[in-house]
Amino acid sequence: MAKEYHTISQIAGPLVFVEKTEPVGYGELVMISLPDGSTKRGQVLDTSDEIVVIQVFEGTGGIDKASGVKFLGETVKMPVSKDMLGRILSGSGEPLDKGPPIIPEKRLEIIGAAINPWARDNPQEFIQTGVSSIDGMNTLVRGQKLPIFSGSGLPHNDIALQIARQAKVLGEKEEFAVVFGAMGITSEEAQYFMKDFERTGALKRAVVFLNLADDPAIERLLTPRLALTTAEYLAFDLNTHVLVIWTDITNYCEALRQIGAAREEVPARRGYPGYMYTDLASMYERAGRIKGKKGSITQFPILSMPGDDITHPIPDLTGYITEGQIVASRELHRKGIFPPVAVERSLSRLMGQGIGPGRTREDHRAVSDQLYAAYAEGRDLRGLVAIVGKEALSERDRKFLDFADSFEDRFVRQDKDEDRTIEQTLDLGWELLSSLPVDSLTKIDRKIVEKYHPSMKKK
Amino acid sequence: MAGQTKGKISRVAGPVVTAEGISPRMYDVVLVGDLKLMGEVIKLVGDKVVIQVYEDTSGIRPGEEVVDTGAPLQVELGPGLLSSVYDGVQRPLPILRDKQGDFVSRGVAAPGLARTTKWKFTPTVKKGAEVQGGAIVGEVPEGNIVHKVLLPINVKGKVKSIQEGQFTVEEPVGELENGQKISMMQTWPVRQPRPYVDKLLPDIPLVTGQRVLDMLFPLAKGGTAAIPGGFGTGKTVTSQQLSKWSDAKIVVYVGCGERGNEMTEVLTTFPELEDPKTGLPLMGRTVLIANTSNMPVAAREASVYTGITIAEYYRDMGYDVSLMADSTSRWAEAMREISSRLEEMPGEEGYPAYLASRLSEFYGRCGRVKTHSGTTGSISVIGAVSPSGGDFSEPVTQNTLRIVKVFWALDSKLRERRHFPAINWLTSYSLYSPILEDWYRQNVAEDWNAVRLWAMETLQKESELQEIVQLVGSDALPEEQRLTLEVARMIREFFLQQSAYHPVDTYSPLKRQYEYMSAIKKFSEHAKKAISLEVPLEKVVSLPCRADLGKLKFEETIDEGMKTVVAAMEKQFAGLGV
Ligand SMILES: Nc1ncnc2c1ncn2[C@@H]1O[C@H](COP(=O)(O)OP(=O)(O)OP(=O)(O)O)[C@@H](O)[C@H]1O
Ligand SMILES: [Mg+2]
Repeated sequence: MAKEYHTISQIAGPLVFVEKTEPVGYGELVMISLPDGSTKRGQVLDTSDEIVVIQVFEGTGGIDKASGVKFLGETVKMPVSKDMLGRILSGSGEPLDKGPPIIPEKRLEIIGAAINPWARDNPQEFIQTGVSSIDGMNTLVRGQKLPIFSGSGLPHNDIALQIARQAKVLGEKEEFAVVFGAMGITSEEAQYFMKDFERTGALKRAVVFLNLADDPAIERLLTPRLALTTAEYLAFDLNTHVLVIWTDITNYCEALRQIGAAREEVPARRGYPGYMYTDLASMYERAGRIKGKKGSITQFPILSMPGDDITHPIPDLTGYITEGQIVASRELHRKGIFPPVAVERSLSRLMGQGIGPGRTREDHRAVSDQLYAAYAEGRDLRGLVAIVGKEALSERDRKFLDFADSFEDRFVRQDKDEDRTIEQTLDLGWELLSSLPVDSLTKIDRKIVEKYHPSMKKK
Repeated sequence: MAGQTKGKISRVAGPVVTAEGISPRMYDVVLVGDLKLMGEVIKLVGDKVVIQVYEDTSGIRPGEEVVDTGAPLQVELGPGLLSSVYDGVQRPLPILRDKQGDFVSRGVAAPGLARTTKWKFTPTVKKGAEVQGGAIVGEVPEGNIVHKVLLPINVKGKVKSIQEGQFTVEEPVGELENGQKISMMQTWPVRQPRPYVDKLLPDIPLVTGQRVLDMLFPLAKGGTAAIPGGFGTGKTVTSQQLSKWSDAKIVVYVGCGERGNEMTEVLTTFPELEDPKTGLPLMGRTVLIANTSNMPVAAREASVYTGITIAEYYRDMGYDVSLMADSTSRWAEAMREISSRLEEMPGEEGYPAYLASRLSEFYGRCGRVKTHSGTTGSISVIGAVSPSGGDFSEPVTQNTLRIVKVFWALDSKLRERRHFPAINWLTSYSLYSPILEDWYRQNVAEDWNAVRLWAMETLQKESELQEIVQLVGSDALPEEQRLTLEVARMIREFFLQQSAYHPVDTYSPLKRQYEYMSAIKKFSEHAKKAISLEVPLEKVVSLPCRADLGKLKFEETIDEGMKTVVAAMEKQFAGLGV
């Protein structure tokens, strides 16, 4: 039985300071008993002969100096079992549905160890999401971490849900299991996800962790780690392909900043701690494939950019860790285009490995490069037209201007339940490109143009 | 081991542990806690010893033991480095996987060089020879090269015996009269530069096969370059292109705090690729150091030193080494993180005040030098920089630019338009260009520099004209200026853009680069003449040779194709009366 201390010397923000303890391990789990009989959990952040600093997950509200503190002698662990599929848990892993308690098959450290880079397998299986702006231009592969950078009021949840519904690996029947981690989102938003999971039957293959807006902020530091630990168990112990959707990273980072401030740490930019890069990486890097294992973890985090500012530390550091990003555009959203994917600012770095002959189609890379280039050129011309008028444009320029419009209207825009195959996406690309002069298709090999260009290919 | 002393932990705060009861020297390696985690002394205050630990410290308690090993952090140097994949403190990742499984766990030691492998040693000195520290005493075939076995720098004397044969790295291959045994392995403390005799002028280019770099912003062998750029602008792809195609003999690639999947990509593609110069597998000239962003932050801090020490060792054999560090910003952040745990006075954006001096010490370890083995070797360093918010005014970029001589500025605007490599041709620079002029003249073409200057001028003119075009549209410009815009577009789209993923385009030899740019220049000259003869510009730019020139770079038969296109160009312009 662990000893209970009543030697709290200070409580500040989410932190509790305890004196005169026997040696306590760094990162150890702590149980605090409050005067009202309830308990709260925390974790050791700093331990020395004199003082131990504890971060309390459920917030320090109600704790007084007389509260009892017990050190449990082990770091935070997550009980996991295959019966977790279909369950709804709190942000700290307690069942919220009325289901039976989860009987653990294993208890795993929630601070996942790093995958040895030597053990990683190359992510290269194309995931068809059925969304042209993603499949065609920013292809997702199994084992990738690809966030949505969005803004308040933009339909990022719809995009995420559409992907969760439609994502498949061609030629395989097995569906993705979904691990959904909510951090500080409203209960309406959470309901929106849950309804969709229920409607499509995805809930049976999902594990849901809910830390809502009115739950303690510090718990948010736990939620994604519980979700990812569960995902690793499903993927690497139970050989499942797992899609992890977590939202909203911004709320997580606010919690991190709060801890940093409470510890009076020297902040880096805009008050966020200097170790935020490392902290985020310790979670995003838990995506991937492992040689010789059947399962995989693909991450689809959602992040709202404060003030739509992509240089804000949260999207900035995320972009430096993830393998690309899907950027939601307010401009397209205002034009009524769904999904409002800002193709020019989005990127999938693993695209090259997932596309081409045998994976998607031989013309994929070239078509996508050419669509990008032409769209960029058309967008530039919009600026010019605003000044000199469309009449001042050359014939060639006018074609590019029109191309940009039809690209947004036909390629990017699609219905929420429109599931396009990769062939449909690429053919649509060619159809749009055929409105441009053939000699301006400089990104495409001559042979490929001759084979696929609608007005050249042999009928 | 003698000299080991034991003490106790008094505090654990993340990667920083404080201990008492030992009196080590700065930067000594200590073993921390019951798990014997590896750490390094980074501060001594009173009787407190502050240690940065290279592994996760969860569960470690005050009161657990610390052991001072009495030695600084060092790497093992000898045959077996090439093709290896190490973490930041030279533990081979394949061995860690064998011992621990797919995830990196703690407290496992693994020596940098395999102890059982036998290497074929051939002496290059004879019994009775006087040998100085750093001298070459023998050779071993390793990877793509001949590994020169160097005498440790502090050893010298007369060779008593030395023999040919198969040896492990620890077995003696010979002995000096003073009783010193000679073996193929030596160690070196990573934070201490290996000595050399003299620095030489870096007047030979590091040929990269990347057109924008070789032609416009060349790096010298022994030079320093920074590639700063926001996320996704192409730092990693450029670094990898350089490690694949640059004409260095040895490549040390340090993945410092970046992605695991990127290391996997290197590990899967490199063994399949060939060195364009030798045709040998690329892995056979490469040492990989992979300390990814989720691996311990203190080991990340050490990883660049591990890398540069290995680079120095091959330099000392007389080889040209290039070292890529992706990303130096993660290294700087590791320093910041440790510094902040030490509660040191922060400088700008929380970085420690010694950031600038650490950066210059690191870049100071490269250069072209006369070595103690009597050879000439070089280390070129290419440092990726990941500025926060993509803003080059932040401290790591600024302090780096004060040191390095080549600046390859990556540009998010270019990336958005898929202009790759997204290197901005107006803001980038190379201070080596003047020093390298002679080399290009003698080894590629007499008028290399003239062609280069012409290209730079055309691009410069384009940017001035673009400002006018933004206001009035291009139709308002006179024909000749519109021609400049067209030619600049050709330079950008045909020449500067180069796809890392296209089998032909990915690597372009110097001769081809020269001919390509010359062909564009010739087109420009003919077109100018045509316009002066009142041929409309539309007619000039729609000549088939223009489009053909653009497609050329993707064709396998590009070199013959170039001749055909240039000949066709002459004919087509002749048809216009030129
Ligand atoms: N030379 C090139 N040819 C073709 N594509 C390129 C080239 N350079 C960059 N790219 C494209 O840009 C993407 C991002 O490049 P890269 O991963 O090198 O960026 P980065 O600057 O290292 O980003 P981060 O800082 O986030 O690591 C690549 O995945 C690739 O799609
Ligand atoms: Mg990179």
